[in-house]
Amino acid sequence: MLSLLRQSPLSARIGLGIVILNCLVAIFAPWIAPYDETAVVGEVWETVSARFYLGTDHIGRDLFTRMVYGARNTIALAFITTALSFMFGSLLGFVAAVKGGWIDQVLSRLIDVIMSFPTLIFALMILSVLGSSIPTLIFTIALLDSTRVYRLSRAVAMDIEVMEFVEVARLRGEGLWWIIRHEILPNALPPLTAEFGLRFCFVFLFIASLSFLGLGIQPPLADWGGMVRENAGAITFGIFTPLIPAGAIAFLTVGVNMIVDWFLHLSSGLHE
Amino acid sequence: MKNVIWHILKRIGASLATIFVISVIIFIGVELLPGDVADTVLGQSATPETVEAFRRELKLDLPPHIRYVTWLKNFVQGDFGNSLANKRPVAELISWRFSNTLFLAATTALIAVPLAILLGILAAFYRNTLYDKVISTTTLSFISFPEFFVAYILIALFSVKMELFPSIAMIDPHMGLGRKFYTILLPALTLTCVVTAHMMRQTRAAIINVLASAYIEMAEIKGIRRLRIIIHHAFPNSLSPVINVVAVNLAYLVVGVVIVEVVFVYPGLGQLLVDSVAKRDLPVVQASGLIFSITYIGLNLLADVLSMLSNPKLRQSQF
Repeated sequence: MLSLLRQSPLSARIGLGIVILNCLVAIFAPWIAPYDETAVVGEVWETVSARFYLGTDHIGRDLFTRMVYGARNTIALAFITTALSFMFGSLLGFVAAVKGGWIDQVLSRLIDVIMSFPTLIFALMILSVLGSSIPTLIFTIALLDSTRVYRLSRAVAMDIEVMEFVEVARLRGEGLWWIIRHEILPNALPPLTAEFGLRFCFVFLFIASLSFLGLGIQPPLADWGGMVRENAGAITFGIFTPLIPAGAIAFLTVGVNMIVDWFLHLSSGLHE
Repeated sequence: MKNVIWHILKRIGASLATIFVISVIIFIGVELLPGDVADTVLGQSATPETVEAFRRELKLDLPPHIRYVTWLKNFVQGDFGNSLANKRPVAELISWRFSNTLFLAATTALIAVPLAILLGILAAFYRNTLYDKVISTTTLSFISFPEFFVAYILIALFSVKMELFPSIAMIDPHMGLGRKFYTILLPALTLTCVVTAHMMRQTRAAIINVLASAYIEMAEIKGIRRLRIIIHHAFPNSLSPVINVVAVNLAYLVVGVVIVEVVFVYPGLGQLLVDSVAKRDLPVVQASGLIFSITYIGLNLLADVLSMLSNPKLRQSQF
């Protein structure tokens, strides 16, 4: 693992640095943040000073504090959603590949229909019916995103499923779950790991977009997408507050993409 | 040729089936509300009488399948019901806004498609040089950026610092065409950045893919100039994937306008949808959701049909 890291290109190391920095900030948020998450401590849109490292927001809360807590809320939510989406998606994909027959047909057609529906519109429709709360948000996005995971894990599992060792396990009389756990999963892990990074980026941007539209994480919880929305008015006065959370979102996704790029390069076997 | 027509008909059939299933999902979605729409919309202020009156107004007292058929029939005839928020017919609200959304998407496509194809060809031509690397890194960053980040950077640059363009893209029906283009230039540029990145990368990949084939090597051995090879030999054969990419990105564009419309307060369908979701104005949400989906599916269908027509190999293969 360490030697792999030593060979990694510069872009992947930068990406890794960005991700680790963000995770550390998210984990240690209460110790890093100088103020309380929702405390009003100054005037509206104060500029950068020794008291407020990034100035203050539209109602006078410390922007640095909000950014730190925002990292925690946004990243944690995106991570949980992606993990859930992988659980749904890969499990169904593996079952479809191993079982085949009508189960595969029904699942695949159903997923086709969901995928032909534009994701954002689908999410908006569900949120309009159920209202926006954090559990609804997690389940809706995980459901929509798991369709992509399903496609990939089904394709990967299809390739593994025809191997001799799966055949042997079958002849030995092992059940469906045993085959999935002991034969398919270990072999499907490398391509799925790279996909996890890509899906995380997508989910992260998606949640940020929904929050930006006012339909994601609800105030007063700090969240980067929502912070862009709240402070959007500042930009016409020449105050660049909304660019800070928006930039943080861009920064993290670029970081994850850099790592994913390197991973894809490794697993595609292209070594120059 | 008969084969192609059969495939295309099958593809159209599949799209129609998908649209049907989606209309059912949209309809059932509202049915699944805990309680029903009447309780949800009236909320705290609900008395048995108002709920009853409201239910009759929305025809909630009829069985679901009959209501679905009526809803679908009215939708096809252009009658989308009345908005719950301001009681005006939904069709009236939607038609102008939808044409605005299409106008923004079309303007963007007009800038983005030629730009993306040109950049893609250049990147394929100068592949593995500094120019290619710069373009690749830039486009990769644009793909990772949220749309509102690009939008606010453009606003900060062009409307706050340089004061060239308005930061709010308010248009009205009486504006001249030139004035309209000027007003929506910033939102169109934002979308261009996002869409061009995708299209350009895929165009580059498609052309490089073709460049690896034997007849290109043949042309090189014959001593034909590289630019000529790309334009005359490689580009026509990568047309099918490129057309596909363009149409898929146009589909993305029509839906992707939602966020940009909100940033620039542009009076399009996307903004109406977001507002209606917040207000839980369900008839508007249903109608605009279905219109977005039909446009999206229609453009994806167009992508498949065009790539089937432009690629002789696809005429035999199954899909």
